[in-house]
Amino acid sequence: MNQPGQPFSLYGKPSKFEDDVVRFPTQNEVLPGNGVSWSPLHLLEGSITPNGLHFERHHNGVPQIDPAKHQLLIHGDVQQDLLFTMSDLARYPMQSKICFIECGGNSNAGWNSSPSRSEAGYFNGMASNSEWTGIPLSVLLNEAGLKTNAKWMIAEGADAFNMQMSIPIEKAMDDAFLAIYQNGEKIRPEQGYPLRLIVPGWEGVLNVKWLRRLKITNRPVMARNETSRYTELLPDGKARQFTFYMEAKSLITSPSANMLLKQPGLYQITGLAWSGRGKIKQVDVSADGGNSWAAAELQEPVLDKAFTRFRLPWQWNGKTTILKSRATDETGYVQPERTELVKKRGKHGFFHYNAITNWQIDEDGFVSQVYDKNEEQDSGDISIDSGWD
Amino acid sequence: MKNKILAISVLIVVGINPAIAERDQGPGLGIPVTDDLLKQWDTSIFPDGEGLPMGSGHVTDGEEIYNTQCVSCHAPGGIGSALGDQLAGAQMSLTSDFPEQTIGSYWPYATTLFDIIRRSMPMTAPGSLSDDEVYAVTAYLLYLNNLIDKDQVINQETLPDVKMPNENGFINIYETERIKE
Repeated sequence: MNQPGQPFSLYGKPSKFEDDVVRFPTQNEVLPGNGVSWSPLHLLEGSITPNGLHFERHHNGVPQIDPAKHQLLIHGDVQQDLLFTMSDLARYPMQSKICFIECGGNSNAGWNSSPSRSEAGYFNGMASNSEWTGIPLSVLLNEAGLKTNAKWMIAEGADAFNMQMSIPIEKAMDDAFLAIYQNGEKIRPEQGYPLRLIVPGWEGVLNVKWLRRLKITNRPVMARNETSRYTELLPDGKARQFTFYMEAKSLITSPSANMLLKQPGLYQITGLAWSGRGKIKQVDVSADGGNSWAAAELQEPVLDKAFTRFRLPWQWNGKTTILKSRATDETGYVQPERTELVKKRGKHGFFHYNAITNWQIDEDGFVSQVYDKNEEQDSGDISIDSGWD
Repeated sequence: MKNKILAISVLIVVGINPAIAERDQGPGLGIPVTDDLLKQWDTSIFPDGEGLPMGSGHVTDGEEIYNTQCVSCHAPGGIGSALGDQLAGAQMSLTSDFPEQTIGSYWPYATTLFDIIRRSMPMTAPGSLSDDEVYAVTAYLLYLNNLIDKDQVINQETLPDVKMPNENGFINIYETERIKE
């Protein structure tokens, strides 16, 4: 460089040569604030998702909230109903936790009868990982004083959807907190500015954004998003409800769908694993379609309910093969094969798809998703991409 | 030995320092809440009807409101479109290859319907319907699903009593797992 560079900037941006590293929105045609945008996990490394690339799920747009006018109400089965301003909350003791948030509907294209053609992040990227900082909810609930019949907490957002969700009080008093900061800066509007409920390891929809109200009750409110949606229909016609935990999952992010390996040789297989029940204990990787497995190296620190990066060197011999990764968490839970998951749950549950993903490398080095050969190609396919209202 | 004495003296200093407060304790800045504010903010409605406001609605009024406010996304007769959920007209059962999860076939509680309409609908202008209008649209949708007669008035007394066919169709996984543990 023999000429002076650019001047300083007030807020730095990625290089102009990285302008393809973006979220991928899928939204309602008429209401563009109703839908999702997928995080490009296949283009990222490490374990922290940059704030501008954290996945989004909005039910009716991103409100622009002035924190000077925002308040939080805690009421119901408490000794004293209380109202907090944002400036008051800023004086409360805070803690930080690195944890993932994953939408219950993440990877739901996996329920389809044909494998998704999308890039890894664009059908698994409704999961992201941040360091969230805020006030332990137990501090505020203790201040209000829980009554003995307090069993549930209904959390409500200040967006146009007025989202409300019921959460068991044990979780609220355990590790839930009210985040004000994400990765060191104030939460972005699309992540819930100025206040977001964080419920580590549990379904994304419970991490209510733009939080304005917590009602303590003895029973769930049975909101639309815990009855008609975010429940999973089983083959026998019954439906799973209050499936809060996001079970262990892993995903090879490179090589992954639509990438091209230019020639045989040494590659590093890398990916992400996480579990809503605790730490990742092990990630096994197969480079021969599941005939043999090797334990990948886990990047330290391995954290509770957080993305864990795994890596493994791999020699590609130029022949067609299939890569797989399989996570085990500290409870001993092992990520299932798709066949196993579909056998248990059927194909109409829509939510909580956490099966092993197969990446096939063909002789030209092109990567695409395939299902296991023994999986039946049956009827009952529904186009799941349209279900985001 | 020297370290040990130092450690003990540090403990003593921390122990008697009045400026160090208990962890997990806040400064107590919560403001007491007025009844008016509570009434305005507390919009949650429960399956037993707790939280339902005064007012009432009829199927015929609901049909008219539906056909101006809801039809563009949810389609005539509530059959749904790419823009809005299917609300009625389920032909295929929940155990079929193409299950249709409508209010009549899937939703466990009628009160949820009133709640979601009042809090979130119509998506282009949430909160714009009066409570009477919300009751009316609720009545129309229940009628479309053959859950009430055409002349049934829906209000805070009658809505929780509407029998939903799939009320017992859900398994509380959180509770089931907790009992196992």
